[in-house]
Amino acid sequence: MNKTFNRSKCYRIVSIVIITILAIGFAFPLYWIVTGSFKTASAINATTPQWWPEEFVLDNYQKLFSRQTAPLWELHIPFTNISFAGPVVPAAIRWLVNTVFMAVVSMLLTCATAAMAGYALAKKRFIGRTLVFTLIVCAMALPKQVILIPLLREMSALNLYNTLWAAILPIVGWPFGVFLIKQFAEGIPGEMMEAARIDGASEWKTFSEIALPMLKPGIGALAIFTFINSWNDYFMQLIMLTSTSNLTISLGIAKLQAENATDFGLIMAGAALAAIPIIIVFLIFQKYFTKGITMGAVKG
Amino acid sequence: MSNSNRMSKALVRRETMAGYAFMIPSLIFFLGFVIYPMIQCVITSFFDSTMNRADIFVGIGNYVELFQDSVFLGALKNTVIIVVVSVPVTCIFSLWVSSVIYNLKEPFCSIFRCIFYLPVVTGSVAVTVVWKWMFNNYYGIFNYVGKSLGILDKNINWLGDERFALGCIILILLTTSVGQPIVLYVSALNNVDQSLVEAAEVDGATKFQCFWRIKWPQIMPTTLYILVITTINSFQCFALIQLLTSGGPNHSTDTIMYYIYYNAFKLYRYGYGNAMGVVLAVIIAVLSGIQFKVTKSD
Amino acid sequence: MKYRKIMALALTACMVFPVSAFAESETTDITLWTYPVGSWGDSAVVDGLIANFNEVYPNINVTVEYLDYTNGDDQVNTAIEGGQAPDIVFEGPERLVANWGAKGLMVDLADLWTDEAKEAIYDSVEAACQNNEGVFYEYPLCMTAHTMAINREIFEAADALQYLDEETRTWTTENFVKAVEAVYASGQENVAAIYCNGQGGDQGTRALINNLYGGTFTNAEHTEYTVNSEENIKALELLTSMDGINIDASITGGDEIQLFCNGTLAMAFCWNIAQEVNNAESISFDVLPMAFPSENGEPQLCGGIWGFGIFDNGDEAKIEAAKTFIDFMANDETQAVESVKASSYWPVKDLGNIYEGDELKTEYALFTDYMGDYYQVVGGWAEARTAWWNMLQQIGSGTDIATAVEEFATTANAAAAAAQ
Repeated sequence: MNKTFNRSKCYRIVSIVIITILAIGFAFPLYWIVTGSFKTASAINATTPQWWPEEFVLDNYQKLFSRQTAPLWELHIPFTNISFAGPVVPAAIRWLVNTVFMAVVSMLLTCATAAMAGYALAKKRFIGRTLVFTLIVCAMALPKQVILIPLLREMSALNLYNTLWAAILPIVGWPFGVFLIKQFAEGIPGEMMEAARIDGASEWKTFSEIALPMLKPGIGALAIFTFINSWNDYFMQLIMLTSTSNLTISLGIAKLQAENATDFGLIMAGAALAAIPIIIVFLIFQKYFTKGITMGAVKG
Repeated sequence: MSNSNRMSKALVRRETMAGYAFMIPSLIFFLGFVIYPMIQCVITSFFDSTMNRADIFVGIGNYVELFQDSVFLGALKNTVIIVVVSVPVTCIFSLWVSSVIYNLKEPFCSIFRCIFYLPVVTGSVAVTVVWKWMFNNYYGIFNYVGKSLGILDKNINWLGDERFALGCIILILLTTSVGQPIVLYVSALNNVDQSLVEAAEVDGATKFQCFWRIKWPQIMPTTLYILVITTINSFQCFALIQLLTSGGPNHSTDTIMYYIYYNAFKLYRYGYGNAMGVVLAVIIAVLSGIQFKVTKSD
Repeated sequence: MKYRKIMALALTACMVFPVSAFAESETTDITLWTYPVGSWGDSAVVDGLIANFNEVYPNINVTVEYLDYTNGDDQVNTAIEGGQAPDIVFEGPERLVANWGAKGLMVDLADLWTDEAKEAIYDSVEAACQNNEGVFYEYPLCMTAHTMAINREIFEAADALQYLDEETRTWTTENFVKAVEAVYASGQENVAAIYCNGQGGDQGTRALINNLYGGTFTNAEHTEYTVNSEENIKALELLTSMDGINIDASITGGDEIQLFCNGTLAMAFCWNIAQEVNNAESISFDVLPMAFPSENGEPQLCGGIWGFGIFDNGDEAKIEAAKTFIDFMANDETQAVESVKASSYWPVKDLGNIYEGDELKTEYALFTDYMGDYYQVVGGWAEARTAWWNMLQQIGSGTDIATAVEEFATTANAAAAAAQ
């Protein structure tokens, strides 16, 4: 008994040591991005790596921000010639704004449509329901990239190519959210809805006042999912966006890398700019993230 | 449902109306930006479709060509390798890490969980950028460390060497995909019914038996979910390849995803690319089906 | 309640955020996409050029996008498929004539190619800007000879300068081999890299291989690829056998330039004057531009010709405006000089000595004499280029050279035949 106890304790300590080393490995790229962005060009290209920058410089950020410029935001009223533009800022800032816009809008639209549809699929009996649900399940497993060519043509026909909407709409269309919310909505007790109906509540009221509060955790999980996924989505954006002022931060860094092959300092500054905001968001909402992810899995 | 039998006709109509009303916003997006392009994808796959010219119907010509195209078959092989390696490794690795850290004292468990999740949050592009630097042939960190530890006697061109490139891609893919499974397993392990575990321990079960007989069945649903999402993720691996190797050297890191892109935007072969998409979709559908069946029947 | 608010917010967002980029108005909006041809990739310089244009033509509004050689082609190709190809694109005949022109996407520029223009522009350039039927898809602005370059300091330290002629900037294949050996022996592990990750810069690797033993890339009629010739195979065999020269599939031409500039590599194959101008800041040694080595010391350098092409977007007004823009940039007496200077290359017609007293330009002007045949007008260019990189990668991974070049020839010639 004692022997096995010792052995398992030994295993545990060894494991923790290994995992700590691995964890350092996992954190390293991020560490390297952040420190690299403050290094001088010679320090970065040194054959002997500088583990900690000997000299902190802001050159890389300066270079990043002095490259191209773009208006902070642009507003065009459809079917008119009226457009407004914000003050001119470094393009990298505009890319951040675009990314935030894209992630937030995808998140809101996905949550809104998925909440209603998931609720209907779980709680309403209507013709074609099984068909829709089967379609959803099938479509979910498919990598959305396989449809890139038709999607590109479609966006072009809708005159949405090279706008953020072309990256947003396919994300919203992806049926994972509906599936997730449906699993949550199954758990809404029928009696409560019955009671509401007897009270003469409208369908919308039943949904918004009874179902919705119960779906909140699910919607929260979905919101977090969608936000991260669209922030880090690269493929759709690569295909759909071209002009400098419409790029997202992921695309922006990829472009930076293509243009300045080995100016790693500059590239690191871009990467840091892309990574830091989302990491801060993650650290603040960490609890909800883990909760959301787990909940999504349990129900999904 | 027995409820609906008791409903009056008016109620049924109201239900249907409401059902559709709630479905419509989502259906517009779903049908418009997923189903419609999918149908288009299947249709175009039967055409020789290229830039600035009317499509020519070729029947199953594209499919026939596909299975004679050694690059496509190579890409298929690479895709399968990526999936076959990364899915089990991700699952086993994350289960092992979770089993060690789940009952650590706070805040240690959270810190570990957070660190393993970082590459997911950081995003593949930013992560790739730094990996490219670390793998660099001339002053990358791997060569430096390898040489100073005496493991390597010469710089290795990690991404430029057929023997290593795919391995490097898989390694990076792994770091960006274990985050979510670890979070999931930690919480699943915490939710295992402790009384069962204690009872088993009293009965003299070893740690291993305890795990295999009691914990494993309880975390099975989580495992299933993890299998499915990692498989989907591994199939979708694109940014890493586009940014690091462009499918090279010598097509050794071409995946179907990248080869579709390559055919579409470098060779302008849209029909051919779509045919690949259809084949990939069928493969994934079959695989998901099998995965589901196998893990369900366990 | 909150939910409704969110919905409302989402809907408003739908309504107002940018939808279409091109609004119709009295001014004509055109888009210009430039590749980084010298400083034509630098927004500060290009803004200045466009300001000049707008002084004369205030009614034409030019929006510029800057492409890079890594993703630029993909970007244009997606934009074409997305229905938003640029109006004007600034690049060379291999893309404008042999690729997009051959696909029927470009506007015939016969209006710009007046008799006067044909008279002024050098014949070799004129020949390169049209397809086999004599339709012009490019109106040229500037040209240069692609060279290679060496790090003079490293060569000096290795006592390898004796193998080259600093006066004429030429060397024989034999001496090139000796020089590389000397540099390698002096402790420079990476003398040169034959980059083949993909994308741009292929001319450097082609010129190296073709020159070593006098091989050619295409036949004289520009109808067929001749990479599988004995001379080229011999050259590839030589290169793969040399210590210090690696076929490196992990880097692109752009990477190679930067590795040369920061002193990692002792030689660059992807070089011309613009590289030296653009990287002046990061170069801390003496760069010696060189012609590619050849058996008899008489190199045939690859030329680069850059100019404008117009995508046929079906809008007459835009096409007209684009032509006005091109005419101004390339033909206006004072502007043309400035446009050419921005590229740091040389004019395609006699504009007098525009670089009076500039030492660097004089140094590079020497290479114009070694300019060889401009062959990049063969059809199937896009396919041939991807096959080229793949061929180098295969050779780098140990595939038999004869097999690899044969495969290239088959693929590329099939594409060329299909494009006819």
